[in-house]
Amino acid sequence: MSVPQQDHAPRETMNPLLEVTGLRKYFPVRGGFLVKRHVADVRAVDGIDFTIAEGESLGLVGESGCGKSTTGRLVTRLLEPSAGRIAYRGRDITHSTRKELAPIRSEIQMIFQDPYASLNPRQTVGHIVSAPLEINGINPPGGREKRVRELLETVGLNPEHYNRFPHEFSGGQRQRIGVARALALEPKLIVADEPVSALDVSIQAQVVNLLQRLQRELGIAFLFIAHDLAVVRHFSQRVAVMYLGRIVEVGERRDIYERPRHPYTHALLSASPEPDPDDRNATERIRLAGDVPSPVSPPSGCRFRTRCWKAQDRCAAEEPPLVRLEGNREGHLSACHFPEEPTTAARGEDIVLDPALAALEETTADKTL
Amino acid sequence: MSILTKTEAGPPGPGDPAPSGPFLSVRDLYVQFATEDGVVKAVDGLSFDLERGRTLGIVGESGSGKSVTNLAVLGLHNPRNTTIRGEIVLDGQELTGASERTLERLRGRKMAMIFQDSLTALSPYYTVGRQIAEPYMKHMGASRKAARERAIEMLARVGIPQPRLRVDDFPHQFSGGMRQRAMIAMALVCDPALVIADEPTTALDVTVQAQILDLLKDLQRETGTAIVIITHDLGVVANTADDVMVMYAGRCVERGTVREILKSPEHPYSWGLLASIPRLSAPVDLPLSPIPGAPPSLLNPPSGCPFHPRCAFAEEVGGGRCATVRPGIPEDERRGFACHLGRERKREIFTGQIQPRLGGGAR
Repeated sequence: MSVPQQDHAPRETMNPLLEVTGLRKYFPVRGGFLVKRHVADVRAVDGIDFTIAEGESLGLVGESGCGKSTTGRLVTRLLEPSAGRIAYRGRDITHSTRKELAPIRSEIQMIFQDPYASLNPRQTVGHIVSAPLEINGINPPGGREKRVRELLETVGLNPEHYNRFPHEFSGGQRQRIGVARALALEPKLIVADEPVSALDVSIQAQVVNLLQRLQRELGIAFLFIAHDLAVVRHFSQRVAVMYLGRIVEVGERRDIYERPRHPYTHALLSASPEPDPDDRNATERIRLAGDVPSPVSPPSGCRFRTRCWKAQDRCAAEEPPLVRLEGNREGHLSACHFPEEPTTAARGEDIVLDPALAALEETTADKTL
Repeated sequence: MSILTKTEAGPPGPGDPAPSGPFLSVRDLYVQFATEDGVVKAVDGLSFDLERGRTLGIVGESGSGKSVTNLAVLGLHNPRNTTIRGEIVLDGQELTGASERTLERLRGRKMAMIFQDSLTALSPYYTVGRQIAEPYMKHMGASRKAARERAIEMLARVGIPQPRLRVDDFPHQFSGGMRQRAMIAMALVCDPALVIADEPTTALDVTVQAQILDLLKDLQRETGTAIVIITHDLGVVANTADDVMVMYAGRCVERGTVREILKSPEHPYSWGLLASIPRLSAPVDLPLSPIPGAPPSLLNPPSGCPFHPRCAFAEEVGGGRCATVRPGIPEDERRGFACHLGRERKREIFTGQIQPRLGGGAR
């Protein structure tokens, strides 16, 4: 068992386990009467690059519709990529057939968001967790049942619950069953798609701690997909921020949370509510206007420009490349023409783009004067 | 100026108009549902007060009775299998035994609700404008035309672009954030004095959530509405509430101002909640400390303190009192907690074990 370095190990020395370049997934939109024609594409993922080293955890954050779940499903090859390349241990698996994928599938496992929908209600826990072993024809010493009982114990469930059905468990316990199933094949990479967002607050911590322990003890690499910035910060050594199918900023945890450069990262951090009444005044306040644009026809140039307070003509004409900006540390890449200062401290003036908010705040400010 | 601040005259009696007293006052509320498996004690002796212009945040996990409390205030429970005991006084008017007609006149006019899921709360069959105009016509006796103008005005106020055009849209033509705005417009159309928001932003993205929460706050500053905000997210509470009530198994386990609850909580359950959530400012190498076990069944809640089976400090209280004696909160104190643990020991545990996990002020 290898224990990976928790923090800031230079990445060059680690082998990339997963390498993704120029990955794209377009979902066709069909329209028309009787004869359905291909009229447009939903550009769910539109050209992203990232790598995951062995034993490393990469967090993927963004709002709904930014393509983070699609990315997870592309990596596990549950979806067929439209373009780009996915390499696992240097081997191209972008368009591998089922047969070619079979040995790799057991090394890349997935944990799903909804513990109620991802477990078959008609199968016992033992059956659910041993299914991966059965499918891959693995016969561990001592038998499959023994191995399943060990797995249940690893994830903190009672091995005697082997013959129970999913409905007999609470949400947190069900998620543990999902984790045990993902662990059955001793994977090298686990794609966890919002693994805790369906759970109660007090239960979330139990599952996060479990995953963290597994990552440390078993050296499993994680692609950790979540919309909750605080959870991602807690779990991931490196973080990528996605917006409308693109990665806008990626870097080590410290870089993203303490020295963000992309305006969208600033906005996300500012909007993320902290359970601390002092936080309101200590950190910058940015309130965007409106919602994320449709991925069917994303804005030209920089995709964030329609909601960005720094947008200029250049942002519409030219798509900013994801590069290391001046002042950024190694491995911290941002895609912005006019980056922000690398701090999240409060500004002299709040940035309020929402027209209703701005109007209301102006009138109340007038009253107090 | 907070929950459970009493005027010198004491609590307003039922039917006694007390404009100076708390605007909403709930006393000893019990809500029970009869089910096939037995009686579910969803709310078990709850008391709280709310004043005009203030925001009360009710925090708790699913099944802690926070939503049921507010459905009881609005009279939206199913009368066939629900028993309600206790007092709910809104602006001097007793609501517990009130007739459906009385409640109907109050709902939408004096008190309004913002639901979590705007797609199911709005009717897909009517235009957004019509749904906003309807309560205005019913309660204010406004004409169709005046109500439509009012709907447009409300849409503009909550930040829907081109309100004159969008007023004729159907809910499905709105995005999630816009639907939530429309629902706020609907709740505020008659200038209610009390707004109950049940997880108003849980279904929304963080950037949109921040917009909506700020909008609610700004609108409150303008209209002086009292707001009850129900949430499981302590971050949302920190951003919106003046006072906080922490609920567990149908009871209030701790209450106080937002600063008291988040900065110096006194109940082990509040500690557990605060220490189990990851923060942007907390050290990352420290594992989260989850609350062991799961919330109790309300069919058969634990005896004594409902939290004692999950409480790490229950054994420190002598004589097994946690399992037998139910700790209470003195009704007259605005700051209170239901716990048997000694004050000294509590401070020790909090500074030693809990505070380091809460992270520094700035991130």
